[in-house]
Amino acid sequence: MILDVRNVTRRYRLPRRALLQPPPVLVAVDNASLSIDRGQTLGIVGESGSGKSTLARMVMAFERPDQGTIRFDGHDLNALSTAELRRLRQRFQMVFQDPYGSLDPRRTVGWSIAEPLRVMGAPDTARRVDEALDHVGLRAADAGKYPHEFSGGQRQRIAIARAIVTRPALLVADEAVSALDVSVQAQILNLLMDLQDELGLAMLFISHDLAVVASICDHLMVMQHGKTLESGPAHQVLAAPSHPYTRSLLTAAGAAA
Amino acid sequence: MKLPVNLLIGAVLVALVIGAAALSLVWTPQDFTVMNVRNKFAAPDTIHWLGTDQLGRDLASQLMAGARNSMAVALAAVLLGGSIGTALGLLAAAIGGWVEDLVMRIADIGFAFPALLFAIMLAAVFGPSLTNAVLAIAFINIPVFARVARAAANQVWTREYVAAARAAGLDRFAISRDHILPNIAAPVIVQATIEFAVAILAEAALSYLGLGAQPPSPTWGRMLSEAQTLMYQAPQLAIYPGLCIVAAVMGFGLLGDGLRDVTDPRLVRER
Repeated sequence: MILDVRNVTRRYRLPRRALLQPPPVLVAVDNASLSIDRGQTLGIVGESGSGKSTLARMVMAFERPDQGTIRFDGHDLNALSTAELRRLRQRFQMVFQDPYGSLDPRRTVGWSIAEPLRVMGAPDTARRVDEALDHVGLRAADAGKYPHEFSGGQRQRIAIARAIVTRPALLVADEAVSALDVSVQAQILNLLMDLQDELGLAMLFISHDLAVVASICDHLMVMQHGKTLESGPAHQVLAAPSHPYTRSLLTAAGAAA
Repeated sequence: MKLPVNLLIGAVLVALVIGAAALSLVWTPQDFTVMNVRNKFAAPDTIHWLGTDQLGRDLASQLMAGARNSMAVALAAVLLGGSIGTALGLLAAAIGGWVEDLVMRIADIGFAFPALLFAIMLAAVFGPSLTNAVLAIAFINIPVFARVARAAANQVWTREYVAAARAAGLDRFAISRDHILPNIAAPVIVQATIEFAVAILAEAALSYLGLGAQPPSPTWGRMLSEAQTLMYQAPQLAIYPGLCIVAAVMGFGLLGDGLRDVTDPRLVRER
């Protein structure tokens, strides 16, 4: 098991509404559990505000859960020292939603892709950047260009190249295709599946779009208002949804398709 | 893209002032320290382009040398204050929490403290000199840059490429150096240009009070102050340095505004 999330809860304190009352608390993720095996893909579906991105941020150790544990390859992420966590980070990487915001506009593409390698102090940076670009269907010559010279789909490829350059075991994709045109979406999804086969990646794939998740995932988890409504093998959840919310999502996806 | 008018006018004025200051390093029409009391208050002619002062020194040469002092003080003060202030702003944004609150409250105190009073205090304690003038003006610049840098840095910290850098394993200081600083450079440079104008004015005010560069090194502020008692006899002695100060302050102010217009994407879209 590469990722094991157990009974994780995350609360946010909202701004105080009245002076003498305690500030209201938002439970963004309520007692969520999930696990992913090597090479497998788990999809999390839910509308915005369902807590799926908060869950992703906790898996990436960008924030800590209030309760519960997150284990990556046996290591409890919140029990590691800062230095240990930093070393471990190269093994789980993330692809973000906004292909225009996830690359530093002032740095060349090659510089951005090489960033995780530089932190590791890895040798042969240039060759590995070229390889990563090749993996995602871009040319080695593109390394010297700036992000604004690329289209949204190309930028997402660059972001994926940066995420796989350290050969991670887990890739977290938070709405990684939501900002792209439908035709480009399919290309990026195919790319992710190819990379998964080639590199043996496990993936945590987060989307509000059930149709996208259904096409790529082995397992499915449906969230709403921070709660897990149902989870299980993708074909089972899709064929016989047990929760009315999942059924409504399925109907909506069917109507859209 | 059409360049804004304020940018062009500002650039021309700034180029004139910097040109005069640079030229004075190698050449002035006359030696500005040479006195000739017999030739005092001379009218402009081919030798003394703007005439002479109460000691017969060449006015145009003094103004050029004064530009050099003004530029040197303003540059040193803005560089020093800007670097410290920007570093503090970056630190506040990178660490957040009580460190950020502390830095910004100290900046608030810096804002509340009358700048000129602080300079006078410094001069009273350490004696009037060009160095102390630079230190005083640099000090009043620190909170300005701390605020600008922190506000811009906090915006950049929310970007996904910063999250990607965290995922890559960079710590807060490396992120500040590699991603935040390059992306806040534009607003900081704009602010520096505007603060340059403020620094020129502050230097003139300090020199006017006798707290800046000491004689015989000429500055616009001291030329004004010396001309004060001669206002009715020779008003041109006050008018020329006054005009120089106005030109320099206006030039840097307009240049800063223009740069902001060009670099601020919101304003670009409105145009």
